[in-house]
Amino acid sequence: MNLLFRNRAITGLAAVMPATERKFVDEMANYNFPLARSLKLKEVMGYDAHRIVEDGVCASDLACFGLSRLFAAGNLDAGEIDALVVVSQSPDYLMPPTSSVIQGRLGLKPDMICLDINQGCAGFLIGLFQAFLLLDQASIAKVVLVNVDVLSRKVSKQDRNSYPLVGDAASITVVERSADPGPIHANIKMDGTRCEALMIPAGGFRRPSSLETAILQDDGEGNRRALDHLKMDGSAVFNFVQTEVPPLIEELLRTAGAAIGDVDFFLFHQPNRFMLHKLAEALGVPFEKMPSNVVEHYGNSSGVTIPVAIAHNLRARVLNGAINACLAGFGVGLTWASMLLPLGPLDFCDLISFQPESC
Amino acid sequence: MTRIEQALKAIRPEYDFTSSVNFIEDGMLDSYDMVMLVADIDKTYGITLAGVDIVPENFASIQAIEALLARYGVQS
Repeated sequence: MNLLFRNRAITGLAAVMPATERKFVDEMANYNFPLARSLKLKEVMGYDAHRIVEDGVCASDLACFGLSRLFAAGNLDAGEIDALVVVSQSPDYLMPPTSSVIQGRLGLKPDMICLDINQGCAGFLIGLFQAFLLLDQASIAKVVLVNVDVLSRKVSKQDRNSYPLVGDAASITVVERSADPGPIHANIKMDGTRCEALMIPAGGFRRPSSLETAILQDDGEGNRRALDHLKMDGSAVFNFVQTEVPPLIEELLRTAGAAIGDVDFFLFHQPNRFMLHKLAEALGVPFEKMPSNVVEHYGNSSGVTIPVAIAHNLRARVLNGAINACLAGFGVGLTWASMLLPLGPLDFCDLISFQPESC
Repeated sequence: MTRIEQALKAIRPEYDFTSSVNFIEDGMLDSYDMVMLVADIDKTYGITLAGVDIVPENFASIQAIEALLARYGVQS
């Protein structure tokens, strides 16, 4: 499905990262694999450090901390937020919505819309689509999009397929109307028949958590996880990304009448460095135009990796001018989406270090 | 020992890869091992295996890997 937006812009962006850094080499002993094999994987996948929240820290804690910092710095006026869109797979509660929890904790005005979306690695794109659509309403002038996940709490520490790469983080993106009528092209596809490739089998209404769903079991490859934990079919997900994403980007550029060389940066969701390098090779994109260093510094924080990549790599560029950016997200659902848009100059672009004691 | 056998042994030294006709079904190679093998092959042969070719059936046996490399013009 192709989408077209006009007069929309991202005007500010911040990423909120847990302050504590965990190192892959310190965690290798948790995995039932020879150290040499883990070290080889570290080199190929780009595992090094990841940011993990302390026990008990929830999605709204990261979001409220970051938003409070932006209010205090004068980067965002709480009274101007007309819509709060929260994209997460790790809500504080099954009910109420995390957006309502955040609204209440921060004392935001009642004359606004709070909206939760259950999405993952394509969540930054999905959230932008929703924010752009909300701005069709005359009474909505400023949308705050929060992407946040604390999925480390749902990944087994003995799962070498998933734990080394997982990271917790939040991002806060301000979306407003723009005087620029230039088209923002986007597209999205979904395939629910493959929804079990990435899932947490227990904990919902289909299979509530119980003593049985908490039992760790070996998956036959040396990983131990429970039904309460995130399960990823690594081979199926890798093949999905390599098969579906390149044609999606080619279709986006064709629709926009653009070429690979017209794009300054390809800011894709970052599951691991190897997967991104293979995407870059398939598209003929130089590695330096597709940042792939989020996992090695922070971990894969689902829908937050694109804002983290921007704040970590391109802060000066997007504060001082505009770049032509191609965004892409792909993952749970399965979902794959992309967007071509000018990004910058932003009012702010920050990396905020989360300190739980001051939350 | 061929270069492919050497690369496989470097990743999983505990197995004799000449004794199996399906490394995946026999549990000798998982998806992450395939990734490591591809990184080795790309480096060793100076080629770029396409992401869409990184599927279990192309790494199920030494013959399958050799057939894959042949499609890239590599005599292993």
